[in-house]
Amino acid sequence: MTAVATRPPALPQAGPGRERRRTSWLLLPAAAVVLVFFFYPLAVILWRSFTEPSFGVGNYLAVLGDEVQLRVMLRTLRTALIITAATLVIAYPYAYAMTLVGRRARSVLTLLVLMPFWTSLMARNFAWYVLEQRGGVIEKALAAIGIDGVVLLGSVAGVTVAMVQVMLPFMVLPLQSSMLSIDRSLLHAAGSLGARRPVAFLRVYVPLSMPGVLAGVSVVFIMSLGFYITPALLGTPQQALVAQVIGTQVNDLLDFAGAGALGTILLVVTLVVLAVLSRVAAPLGTSAAGGADRG
Amino acid sequence: MTDGIATAHVTKAYPGVDRPAVDDVSLHIADGEFMTFLGPSGSGKTTMLSMIAGFTPLTSGSITVDGQEISRLKPHRRNLGVVFQQYALFPHMSVARNVAFGLTQRKVAKAEISRRVDEVLELVGLSAVRDRLPRQLSGGQQQRVALARAVVYEPRALLMDEPLGALDKKLRDQLQREIARMHRELGMTFLFVTHDQQEALTLSDRIAVFNDGRIEQVGTPEELYERPETLFVAQFIGESNALSLTPGEVTIVRPERLTLHTAADPVPSGHQRASARVTDIVYVGDHTRIWLRYSDGARGCAVVSAGVAHEHRPGDEVIAAWHPEHQAVVPSGGVPELAAV
Amino acid sequence: MADNPSISRAAAVRQRSLGWGLRGWVVLVAFVLVAPTLVVIPMSFGAGSTFEFPPKDWSWHWYAEFFTSKQWLAALANSVQVGVLAAALATVLGVAAALALDRMRRGGGVVRQLLMAPMILPGIVVAVAIYGVFLRWQLNGTMLGFVLAHAVLGLPFVLTSVRTSLAGYDPIMEKAAASLGAPRFATLRKVVLPIIAPGVLSGFVFAFATSFDEVVVALFLQTPAIKTLPVKMYESIVLEIDPTIAAASSLIVVFTTILLFVPAVLRRKEQS
Repeated sequence: MTAVATRPPALPQAGPGRERRRTSWLLLPAAAVVLVFFFYPLAVILWRSFTEPSFGVGNYLAVLGDEVQLRVMLRTLRTALIITAATLVIAYPYAYAMTLVGRRARSVLTLLVLMPFWTSLMARNFAWYVLEQRGGVIEKALAAIGIDGVVLLGSVAGVTVAMVQVMLPFMVLPLQSSMLSIDRSLLHAAGSLGARRPVAFLRVYVPLSMPGVLAGVSVVFIMSLGFYITPALLGTPQQALVAQVIGTQVNDLLDFAGAGALGTILLVVTLVVLAVLSRVAAPLGTSAAGGADRG
Repeated sequence: MTDGIATAHVTKAYPGVDRPAVDDVSLHIADGEFMTFLGPSGSGKTTMLSMIAGFTPLTSGSITVDGQEISRLKPHRRNLGVVFQQYALFPHMSVARNVAFGLTQRKVAKAEISRRVDEVLELVGLSAVRDRLPRQLSGGQQQRVALARAVVYEPRALLMDEPLGALDKKLRDQLQREIARMHRELGMTFLFVTHDQQEALTLSDRIAVFNDGRIEQVGTPEELYERPETLFVAQFIGESNALSLTPGEVTIVRPERLTLHTAADPVPSGHQRASARVTDIVYVGDHTRIWLRYSDGARGCAVVSAGVAHEHRPGDEVIAAWHPEHQAVVPSGGVPELAAV
Repeated sequence: MADNPSISRAAAVRQRSLGWGLRGWVVLVAFVLVAPTLVVIPMSFGAGSTFEFPPKDWSWHWYAEFFTSKQWLAALANSVQVGVLAAALATVLGVAAALALDRMRRGGGVVRQLLMAPMILPGIVVAVAIYGVFLRWQLNGTMLGFVLAHAVLGLPFVLTSVRTSLAGYDPIMEKAAASLGAPRFATLRKVVLPIIAPGVLSGFVFAFATSFDEVVVALFLQTPAIKTLPVKMYESIVLEIDPTIAAASSLIVVFTTILLFVPAVLRRKEQS
């Protein structure tokens, strides 16, 4: 080994720092587009809600002070709750069954869940329109068992029924995803400790499925709050939901400020719900916004 | 000496970190030599290899290969072969296409590529799986593909970063023999990084022992084992009896050089001695290891081959003896004791 | 779906047949999931000019109507054009973003959440906001406006899809490629892109389906000059009863069901 008397000068750094900068700009186009065509419009409408027709919270007071608007809000919240609860009850056993069956059967069940998810929303709403209309299948079927004159079209109930079917996949998927990772041998352990089947299920399985439940509930509830198409098509202006009102503000009145105020209130409620559910989910070790996440 | 790989005062310091990962390392690897960088994790051996490969930039110093300064070259221009611990085979390409990759990058003619790929697959014994995908192969097979891929274009040197770390013992031994055989047949410079001292002793022409960013000693396996120059080297490689007989120094004696004596069995003349107590006796089949605790508290051991009878039992007081020509004396330097391995 | 240890442990206990109650429930739910949609198919063969179900007479009339009507065909053409362009834009942006996010440690999570926001926030609010701004920029009723809006909505799907593909990718492969002599661009082309290709394709398909099916934003951005298929369908219920919608719905249902199989088949190919 030869000894060198002096050290060569230090070389310029061309390492991790530059690498990070080089790949960061790959992010720029997507970030720019989303910023300009998504966040900026939201900011604008928020701004307008506070500045048109004049500076201040006038638009908000108009909403919160208006009895009709408040009733709309409450109706929307109530409907969203009913939809969420109904979807949960219907989806839970289905999702549970999906974890019990073999791989092929599960693929079939998954496909059945995904099919409505992917086929046109308009087609589905159209189908419900046809089913719920006066003289339609639902009225006739109920009349056959003695309940007459049930025209679901043009009612909140009709909207609710259709929305439950639309929301089912959004509840089944997170539930099933979370349930798949529950170790069933825990149920056996409960059994060996003396718990009967139903008790073991209630006290061991259900709590373990909570992350999936919370994920599904948050997705369905939040989507139900802001859903427009189904209420617009199957509902009625007399019993409007928030989304319909926002739509009319803009379509008929071109009142972006008012729509903005309503929308902001809706957004705030959405974010509050998300935050509350995240808090509830935190001790369970997962975020409410989506089941098993890589990071 | 302009051929082979030479590093001159190479240093790697990370901002905000006190001690450099590699501290002023100068080393020469001869052309065709099998050199191993040996050391514990964090000793700088992988960082050093990474700098030679071009994945980590140097803070200062220079690296030359066959006389050519390469420290500023991008990895793809250095014409070296690299084998990684995680194999890093391209999952969407067959074995043949993986192996051919380096050749296609060098714009070699198709027929030539085919010939050389077949040749190298023959060398590693994987001609049968030529058209399989990596995920269809076992770990040992994947690593052999990685080796084939890295040598087929005849790079100036083959760098291997703990390539056998992910394999179980049996496979590791098998691949060690493969790698040794490949080195003999190819005659290429091999640079091997490992923390396994047995692997290093088995495979290498020379070993550079890394500790804390510096090289403690470079030498042949025999030199490092019989004549360690620092306490760290003595204790990292093989078992040792480390005795403080003189102030400021530690006397190292390898277990197979010790003989144990009792009152009934006198110590031969001219031998050094130290008193100890037997703590454990471990029968390993082809030898028996007798663990000792010396009067100054140090632990050590002696080895007795199979077929040699002994009467020692745990708790016995014995005298350990050795001939002074079998000892090595190193500065004590305050290195934490690793003897209890 | 990848198997993790707890699933394998549980696998031994699976494969039991379901109790009758559970089985019945599954059948019921499956029926509820699929049947309503299927209503549109018999509807499309009805002869009457109302939304009568079940139809009394049968005819190909509404299919003929769909394929000969200038308005319906224009709507279909618009939807396809917007869909392809928006999906293409979303894919290019999304792949780049996914690659960048994969490298970033800190800050990556926040940016990802922001890029996923279009999927989480209520559609009506987003639609109304975009409409307001596009009015000012004179982008409503233009192909460009539609494409930009739908690309933003499709981006989260591309991100998710590519991210899944990237999970099976180890950055050390780029080091390996470099050590073998491949400069940056060649590595990208020969190693990175082929590995993430299935995810990219899936993402494109999802983004296209999202745009093709999108109603709310399209309703607001529409002008007589440019209407998408879902908008035309909406109008054929709300403005005037036009049973052509049944034919259109049936066609879409069949088409998107087939499209659904594409990513699923791709993923199975990747895993086999």
